[in-house]
Amino acid sequence: MIDPPYPLFYTFNFYLFGVIALASSLAFVTRKSPIAAALWLVNTMFALAALYVMLDAHFIAAIQVLVYAGAIMVVFLFVIMLLNLGHPSEVADVRGKWGKAAAAVLGVILLAQIAVMSGSRVRPEWILPRGEMDRLLAEKGAIGVVADPLFTNYLLAFELTSVLLLIAIVGAVTLGRRSDVAAEATTGESVSAG
Amino acid sequence: MLAEALALSAALFTIGVVGVLIRRNAIIIFMCVELMLNAVNLSFVALSRYYGADGQVFVFFVMTVAAAEAAVGLAIIISIFRHRKTVNLQNINLLRG
Amino acid sequence: MTVLSAGILPLIQHAAPAAGAHPLAGTVADWLWLVPLLPLLGFVINGALSLFAVAHTGPSDPDAGHGDVAAHDHADAGHTLPGDVASGSHGDDHHPVARHRFAGIVSVVGPLMLALSFVLTAAMFFAMRSAHATEPFIQTYFTWMITGELNLAAAFQLDQLAMVMMLVITGVGTLIHVFSVGYMRDDPGYPRYFAYLNLFVFFMLVLVMGANYPVMFIGWEGVGLCSYLLIGFWFSEKANADAGKKAFIVNRIGDFGFLVALMMLFAHLGTMDFQGVAAGAPQMSTGVVTAICLFLFLGCVGKSAQIPLYVWLPDAMAGPTPVSALIHAATMVTAGVYLVARSSFLFSLAPVAGLTVALTGALTALFAATIGLKQWDIKKILAYSTVSQLGFMFMAVGVGAYVAGIFHLATHAFFKALLFLGSGSVIYAMHAAYHKTGSHEDAQDVRNMGGLRRFMPVTWVLMWIATLAIAGIPPFAGFFSKDEILTSVYARAHGSTLAEASWLGIPGSALLYFIYFVGIVTALLTAIYMTRMMLYTFHGPNRTGEAERGALKEAPWVMTGPLVLLGVLSAFGGWFNLPKIFTDFLPVGPTFALEHWLDPVVGEQQLAVTHGEAVHLSHGTELLLIGAAIVVAIAGIVVAWRMLKPEKLVPKADSPADEGFERIFAEKYFVDEGYDRAIVQPLYRGSRGVLWRGVDAGLIDGFFVNGTAWLARAFGWLGSTAQTGAVGTYAWVVVLGVVAVIGVFTLR
Repeated sequence: MIDPPYPLFYTFNFYLFGVIALASSLAFVTRKSPIAAALWLVNTMFALAALYVMLDAHFIAAIQVLVYAGAIMVVFLFVIMLLNLGHPSEVADVRGKWGKAAAAVLGVILLAQIAVMSGSRVRPEWILPRGEMDRLLAEKGAIGVVADPLFTNYLLAFELTSVLLLIAIVGAVTLGRRSDVAAEATTGESVSAG
Repeated sequence: MLAEALALSAALFTIGVVGVLIRRNAIIIFMCVELMLNAVNLSFVALSRYYGADGQVFVFFVMTVAAAEAAVGLAIIISIFRHRKTVNLQNINLLRG
Repeated sequence: MTVLSAGILPLIQHAAPAAGAHPLAGTVADWLWLVPLLPLLGFVINGALSLFAVAHTGPSDPDAGHGDVAAHDHADAGHTLPGDVASGSHGDDHHPVARHRFAGIVSVVGPLMLALSFVLTAAMFFAMRSAHATEPFIQTYFTWMITGELNLAAAFQLDQLAMVMMLVITGVGTLIHVFSVGYMRDDPGYPRYFAYLNLFVFFMLVLVMGANYPVMFIGWEGVGLCSYLLIGFWFSEKANADAGKKAFIVNRIGDFGFLVALMMLFAHLGTMDFQGVAAGAPQMSTGVVTAICLFLFLGCVGKSAQIPLYVWLPDAMAGPTPVSALIHAATMVTAGVYLVARSSFLFSLAPVAGLTVALTGALTALFAATIGLKQWDIKKILAYSTVSQLGFMFMAVGVGAYVAGIFHLATHAFFKALLFLGSGSVIYAMHAAYHKTGSHEDAQDVRNMGGLRRFMPVTWVLMWIATLAIAGIPPFAGFFSKDEILTSVYARAHGSTLAEASWLGIPGSALLYFIYFVGIVTALLTAIYMTRMMLYTFHGPNRTGEAERGALKEAPWVMTGPLVLLGVLSAFGGWFNLPKIFTDFLPVGPTFALEHWLDPVVGEQQLAVTHGEAVHLSHGTELLLIGAAIVVAIAGIVVAWRMLKPEKLVPKADSPADEGFERIFAEKYFVDEGYDRAIVQPLYRGSRGVLWRGVDAGLIDGFFVNGTAWLARAFGWLGSTAQTGAVGTYAWVVVLGVVAVIGVFTLR
């Protein structure tokens, strides 16, 4: 991102991708079909990646596309298809109008609260000097800016994420494995229930 | 553009919350949570411009956690689907004691 | 436990040189810590062996066979008598013969630890004698606790008084341990027995060696615990377990007094070590000192079985006989006397408290002696005799004659241990005899004995020595100590702080004469009941039974050996403190050796009672007093000998019930029954009616416990209605919560 005053092209693009993200997310929550919803979410994520680029977070933009849109959302789609949820389910997926109204009221209140909170003061010493980020970007590059703290101040946390991921993999495998015993128990239960 | 970015972040977050509230499909709710995470990520990235690259590091960690969460969460959903033949939360009340 | 002691050892050794320039520093006294540690080590080893054996015999109780005499009788019945004698088969008090697998090791470890401890103590005694220490030798090991102003050190102190007690404890203790090897050898709980006995000696040593009241209190409670464990040693019989509980509970009443005294000391002086209290005592008002002394004495009343808390000691005879000898005659029960002597710097300031102590002692002495007149159980006779003799000791320390009290403590330890061990030897023989025929007669009842001198001549002679000693026949030990007590009481009736004080309006002088008179009467009764016991046990015809008679025989040497040593001590124990009047007449030993020995500890306090001047009686008066003591002793023996007819006695089973006066004595003045009616039953009824039904079941269970449960259930029900189990609802609740929380932040 460049400092203000912003060129018109920059401002236009920023608003464009902002509107795309907003519209896609609205479409995402309103679509009945899970597949459609997931694809709208992917769209939101792409728009956000574009915004990240405009905010000079090139590395984050890249992994937003690779990891989020590319990996996580694809897994979502896999699961939706695996469970054959491509069509809207018979039971109402969206709540009734009272539910929608209540949710809207809550959403508005939340938004208002966030707006109020965003007016809170920030300590001036936390703010970098003007042009500092540009200097850092020029010096270390888009990846170096992230990698530097990641492998110094946050090294332990970084290493721990690897453990977290390992645990997640083990957990996912354990949960996802079809246990014959569990399956039998379930069948027995359903038989007796039926 | 910081104000616009934060406003968009707030809007996306609220949309995610409302999505969680009005939807009953477990996978969709899950994706709403992802949307909320993305909204927060946008805030982080926007603010990192002014407060330093630590915000981007946080985004990195959020993504990692989101990946882990997606893996485990989807595994749980699959597991539930195997037992209940549905992912509709209206029919799932496993937490009932 | 071994790890613990291994961890403590270097710590103690490290702390040892801290004593500074004391004349005993650098001598064998640096090993002071080892004296109590050796018995503790014995406890650890024997206890481990006991546990190890239990672990390997499986879940069944090693004592399970206890009391089941009939079950193994058939095994013995087939044996011929000489064969059994040759194999050394000897039953114990109540047990089937089942020697413990570790009996061999335990027999060595138990007495050996005590013997080593005794040797070390003796070495210290000689070091002390040449060092002429006037100040106590204090070893501080570590800071026990620091709380506010309280700074307590875990410290031992060695002074002349502690030394006397240590010699008695380890010396008599060793002999009794050796005796136990024979007496308890075939008991299934043999290692457990020695573990407890060793632990007892450890605590007893802590009691007498502690350098401050709290350390002493640890020992005080520890010996109480061991007493409880050993009284109830054969716990599978309910009566024994009940006797243990009784001892424990009655002692708690006394300990309450002890604790209150400690707290008062701390409140008024801010210190609880002996030196600090001794230095600060004169600054306290007489009223406070008297209160502290009386509370301390309450502790003594419990531990040393004085009126009104003596009731536990006769019941304590349920334990093995060597235990009765060690704990309930020679050492633990004298802890109260030791406590008063140790606190002489307090008691010498409080004449009223002193008079109370002396009067309680005198009344207890008389009271117990009268009960002792009509007891049939040989151990009960000795138990009441012990209570009575403890009364004598309290008479002495009460009037400020601390040396006389400690002297009698020591001689009593000798002859009473001898009497108990001798009775143990008798019971052992009786039991073995009844065991042989499978009879269930009472092996402890003197009506079942008689004429035993033919079968057990050694025991007979030794028991007579002890009897003459306790009766006060010169030149046996008891004569000197008892005479000194009576003389001290008489001498202090004039020209002492006690005589000038008034006790509940009674002039102290009159009270002291009364106490002296009670002492003389008790001395007479002592001679009578002891002679009675001897007559019924060893003289006259034998009443054991035709079949059993042949099996009566002397105990093995491991048992009679200690008896002989104790016999020598009982005969010559008086030599430790020969009065001047005696050495003038017959210069056989040093004059007032114990008096001089204890002078650095209690000399000043003894003088304080008599206005700084040594007690002085005219030669004539002193001779008269001694004459009176000898006359009553001889009179008692003669009266008993002439009036009692062991020939007329019939075995217990055929004896008629006692009547009239005799019944009152035999039934111990119905004190137990009275306590039962006046205290136990009301407490029991109150506990059942009010505390249990009303407070516990009604208020606490009904209202608080069930009410709380009901409340929790009500809340639970309310909460559970919110628990739909539907995740969607939860999401709503969470969001509502978030909005509410942020709302609180934003609106503030």
